[in-house]
Amino acid sequence: MTTRYRLGGLSRLDTTLMAAGAVLLALLLVLPLVASPLVVDKLTLLMIYVLLAVSWNLLAGFAGLVSVGQQTFVGLSGYFVLRLVEAGIAPLPALAAGSAAVLVVAWPLSWIVLRLRAAEFAVAMWVIAETIRSLVMFDPLVQGETGRSLMTLNAMDADLRRTIVLLAAVLAVSVALVTSYRLLRGRLGGESQAIRDDEEAAGSIGIDTLRVKRTIFLVSALGCTVAGSLWLASAITYQPRTAFGINWSVFMLFMVLVGGLGSFTGPVIGALLLFAIQEVFGDYGSWYLAGLGVVAILFALYAPGGVVGLITGRSLREPLSMRKTLVAPRG
Amino acid sequence: MTDIANVVIQGVLLGGLFAIYALGLSLVFGVLRIVNIAHGDVLVLVAYVALVICDSFSISPFLALLALIPLALLGGFAFQVGVFERVDRRDPLVPMLVAFGFAVVIQNGLLLLFGTNPRKLDAGAIEQLGVSPFPGINVSVLAVMILVIAIVLIAIFQAILYRSRFGIRVRAVSDSEENARLIGVDITATFRKAFMMVMLTVAVGAVLMGIKTNFDPFSGASRLLIAFEVVVIGGLGNLWGTLAAGIVIGLAQMVGASIDVSYQTLAGHLVFLVILLIRPQGLFPKVVG
Repeated sequence: MTTRYRLGGLSRLDTTLMAAGAVLLALLLVLPLVASPLVVDKLTLLMIYVLLAVSWNLLAGFAGLVSVGQQTFVGLSGYFVLRLVEAGIAPLPALAAGSAAVLVVAWPLSWIVLRLRAAEFAVAMWVIAETIRSLVMFDPLVQGETGRSLMTLNAMDADLRRTIVLLAAVLAVSVALVTSYRLLRGRLGGESQAIRDDEEAAGSIGIDTLRVKRTIFLVSALGCTVAGSLWLASAITYQPRTAFGINWSVFMLFMVLVGGLGSFTGPVIGALLLFAIQEVFGDYGSWYLAGLGVVAILFALYAPGGVVGLITGRSLREPLSMRKTLVAPRG
Repeated sequence: MTDIANVVIQGVLLGGLFAIYALGLSLVFGVLRIVNIAHGDVLVLVAYVALVICDSFSISPFLALLALIPLALLGGFAFQVGVFERVDRRDPLVPMLVAFGFAVVIQNGLLLLFGTNPRKLDAGAIEQLGVSPFPGINVSVLAVMILVIAIVLIAIFQAILYRSRFGIRVRAVSDSEENARLIGVDITATFRKAFMMVMLTVAVGAVLMGIKTNFDPFSGASRLLIAFEVVVIGGLGNLWGTLAAGIVIGLAQMVGASIDVSYQTLAGHLVFLVILLIRPQGLFPKVVG
């Protein structure tokens, strides 16, 4: 007689974590009513970090595609928003449309870069980021190094703008978390993790590796573009050197590596950590950045599983794991 | 007409410098199977060390190279033993992330020590020395020298990799680390020696870069991208292909610069992306056998 195995479900810890996450995000939605403008701005930044970390982890942790060029999408969405506003579209719709417009670039890009081997993909993305930055800087609208402000956005009531941006950021993070959870728990998650572990083997059992990688690439790109739009909406000034800066990649890498590459909760923990470190040490400039590098190296050397790996250790089950576990029937 | 000829000559000569940048990256990539994202930053770091040596002893950068090469080899060895051999290499992502961490540390460390001002190594009169074989055609002696050094380095490396027993071991490890271990190749020793070769190219490349171009703490990224483009176009493990690819990118940059200086880097990137689109395996893929 055959034993019928089933896929493992959620543990009590998992459901508690999900409920706690939902409550926290809901609290953030009502926070602008009571919090000071400074707090609202900081929380928006935190949400942008979470969004970036989740997007980068989706790509690197679940599809094995390490990119040091995701700033392409951060920078490009800001540029598109700027162009749309210049064309006479109101700032808020422009912010939304700008994010969507980036996919028009990301889709054809995916055809070029996803054929490359993992290591080449990483740096090729950086070349693309630099190429697109140079091209954007030729646009007189951007004014080269000086950059340009979103005047119409600045004309809005400051408190109203802050509140709207934070609400949009919280919404974006919620959508990103729920979407990536559903994607990863579903068929795509199994397929992408198979590709990450061994691409040839995954292909040989009939997985359309290019389709899976492209889906993940596009979802991740979308996350970065939304983060870019939100960042522009809270910073108002657009400077191509910052928007396409390699520092975005440094932050994404730090958050995911320190939080826990390839775990669901890791990037969120990493974003919280980066945010906290930045609050305390951010004023130290180069010392702070060099420190981030040192911490990232130490984690890569001694705790490649990040904070999540350290907490879970070997024995405990990873919280909200995306691994497919088989459970034997009772009795 | 002479304008075009000058652009072509400058482009070809610039290719020599790019090939030297790429040579070390190609070895790390081909043998150790790591894209060393910190390659450009290491070049810049070593160029700063050269600057300190030149300034403290008031000597020519070429003379400084005598001290720089052993220093670079020693530093490379320390890094290899202290960090790289401790990295879990089963997952190729981890070494790449470590390299990225080092890139950030090097950039910001140099910024703290030297500030943002662009620096240059002063090689004296040779920098301005030029010959004019035909009326209107100008050739920089320094640039010719750099190309000759590139050719000599590549010839030596080619001989080591394809004519010596050590070269056989390196290529065996490059093809399959597991199989090489099975037939008794000492992987660690092979890696260490290969990394010494890499650091030699870095020391030479850093000095030539410092003489030919300005550098600042954040110049590493642009050098890495050039080296990477050359390696991909040239085909991994194909050293003469690396030289040819260096010349392709050099020509692209010089043609771009002849239209407008701000097009120089962009032209190189665009040519790279077009080649990637048409031939993802590079222009000169590795010869099998």
